Amino acid sequence: MRIPRRMGVVAALAATTLVLSACGGDGGGDGGGDAGGDVDCAAFEQYGDLSGTQVSVYTSIVSPEDQPHIDSYIPFEECTGATVNYEGSRQFEAQLLVRIEAGNAPDVAYVPQPGLIEKIATDFPDAMVPVGEAAESNIDQYYNEAWKLYGSVDGTLYGAPLGANAKSFVWYSPMAFADNGYEIPETWDELLALSDQIAADHPDSKPWCAGIESGDATGWPATDWIEDLVLRVAGPDVYDQWVTHEIPFNDPQILEAMNLADEILRNDDYVNGGLGGVTSIATTSFGDAGLPILDGACFMHRQASFYQANWPEGIDISENGEVFAFYLPGLTADEKPLLGGGEFTVAFSDRPEVAAFQAYLTSPEWANEKAKVSGPGWVTANSELDPANLESPIDQLAYELLTDPNTIFRFDGSDLMPGAVGAGTFWSNMTQWIAEGKDSQAVLDDIEASWP
Amino acid sequence: MDFLLGADSSAQKLAVMVVAVLLFVVVMTALLLVSELPKMPRWLVIIAFLGPTVLLILFGLVYPAISTILGSFKSGNQQEWVGIENYTAVFTNPELRTVLLNTALWVVLVPLLSTVFGLIYAVIVDRSPFEKQAKALIFLPMAISMVGAGIIWKFVYDYKPTNRPQTGLMNQLLVWFGFETQQFLLNWPSNTLFLIAVMVWIQSGFAMTILSAAIKAIPDDIIEAAKLDGASQLRMFASVTVPSIRPALVVVLTTISMTTLKVFDIVYSMTGGNFRTSIVANEFYIQSFRTGQRGIGATLAVLLFVIIIPLVIYNIRQMKLSEEQR
Repeated sequence: MRIPRRMGVVAALAATTLVLSACGGDGGGDGGGDAGGDVDCAAFEQYGDLSGTQVSVYTSIVSPEDQPHIDSYIPFEECTGATVNYEGSRQFEAQLLVRIEAGNAPDVAYVPQPGLIEKIATDFPDAMVPVGEAAESNIDQYYNEAWKLYGSVDGTLYGAPLGANAKSFVWYSPMAFADNGYEIPETWDELLALSDQIAADHPDSKPWCAGIESGDATGWPATDWIEDLVLRVAGPDVYDQWVTHEIPFNDPQILEAMNLADEILRNDDYVNGGLGGVTSIATTSFGDAGLPILDGACFMHRQASFYQANWPEGIDISENGEVFAFYLPGLTADEKPLLGGGEFTVAFSDRPEVAAFQAYLTSPEWANEKAKVSGPGWVTANSELDPANLESPIDQLAYELLTDPNTIFRFDGSDLMPGAVGAGTFWSNMTQWIAEGKDSQAVLDDIEASWP
Repeated sequence: MDFLLGADSSAQKLAVMVVAVLLFVVVMTALLLVSELPKMPRWLVIIAFLGPTVLLILFGLVYPAISTILGSFKSGNQQEWVGIENYTAVFTNPELRTVLLNTALWVVLVPLLSTVFGLIYAVIVDRSPFEKQAKALIFLPMAISMVGAGIIWKFVYDYKPTNRPQTGLMNQLLVWFGFETQQFLLNWPSNTLFLIAVMVWIQSGFAMTILSAAIKAIPDDIIEAAKLDGASQLRMFASVTVPSIRPALVVVLTTISMTTLKVFDIVYSMTGGNFRTSIVANEFYIQSFRTGQRGIGATLAVLLFVIIIPLVIYNIRQMKLSEEQR
């Protein structure tokens, strides 16, 4: 018991320093000398006294991104007396199922794929504990209704939303656009016209750069392209039917979306700026794929808000800076569907401190605390988050889109599909589509055939 | 107990290691002392020594093996029995068939090439003035973990367009000689051959070491007799060296075959099994833990086990034969 408590104080000190340096000392108010003394415990009274209790958290988030999470628990720990034990693992997705099967499940897990929640519900029906009342009322109050839907299996809410990211982004260089007099496109046709313009103006560069290599997860960035376009071409209702397999994977509307992606990704006039030909997309790691924007070898790179972590240190990421992102346009300027992702917290133990902790993670107190201790690259869809607490302009833009009541939000489809497709044939077939020039129809047919 | 179970720092881990070693010494000493006691019945001694090992093998090897074999007849989530469906899938699905074909390529090429390179190298450097340095050089890759080797070679094969600064050694060489750069890991089947080259690079050192020792053990009188008979260098190699080291050759070939069948790290770290480079051990991992097709995963594991059995039996028989000869 003694060791964790001492570590808690050290972490609290570290967190305080972070807050102070990040916000210039305006966080917390009184600026009291003792660590953690500036936490306002009023909001935590609903959880009661949890002294001496422990909650274990198991996640896929490892160093260095884990520290802001650990730091964000401090107000909860200080005010309720509970101790939160954090454990991150790169093998999370595989290990979580193994641990559940072995009867060694964590109290709370951060699950990045709703598909995995559904799999746990089918394979281990008694493992998960439904989200408690306090957390559920928070979700109703602070989140876009889509999130509750994605955390539910057959009407029972198992997953409470945590972090979020926006995927419908195109990274570009505002400075390069300004130098060339390019405008940010508002419709899909404008986007293609801009691509043609860039190709004509800069024969040595290419308008687009892309990369889908990601170790044994190679292919996922290409699936995001298709999902984004299905959402635009066929609309959110068809998207939902496609993801849940109410319409076949190789439906003609999906092929139509794929053909639009084809026009860019497999077009030698458009790709792959500074990286090679079309097939080089397959071997370029997704982290490096946008970097040619910096030396003008390419102009646009479609990737999620979290790509900001991949820019080298010292790059100015802002609206008029070296790089920024614009919203990937819909077919018309009025349609604004947003593809995104995020994590959910799932509880495996029915204890008051676990329910209280899960409720805390859905509360505005946590969202703001987490934003304060996090660096750039972290967003949540909690509507009570003060955007001023987000450090980077791109996070603020993502947050604005995520919480805009007019936004039609849809979760990354490959995270919703069964693992055999969403983390299997969808990835591998998109990789073949790029690497071997596999026919679009054949890709869709093969994925359809593999649906379990 | 907390201190021992939740070791975080290196110092704590070291302390845990020391405790474990001490525990081992204490238990073994106690066992040895007790078994020396005159009145100990023989069966008790046998149980004391063999019991723990047998228990651990049953628990850690036999039980998982049986459960895997049973699992290969179950569905992806291991809830229902599906008969031989998984086996049919492995042999009929075109992608899984490529996996089997790749594995065959690996198992044939790696042992042959490694042994040939190792043998030639061993013969060439034998009794040369710089033998030790030359041997150390080729043995070094053995000291690198396979993941490390995979990452090194991934950089060697790295691709950039011809007109851009190169980061990969191979493509830089191509540029220097005026060729276009290549995406070595993209096109099947050449990409599998480039992966196999990495394994050969690692295993040649092993082959060389064993074979070199065997060559040194050839009795001098045989070599002298052959020389007196006027045998040429080539004849010496074919009729004296190779037959004399046959047992060592067999051991090297079968050992490398088994290592190759189990190889996972190189493929996983270099291509992740993409671009049709996957092999059984890698596909087993992907099916079991990434796509959640645990039935197929178990089937691949069983298949690997079945392929490896004849190699193990052959290896053991050869070892027995060579022991009898002595």
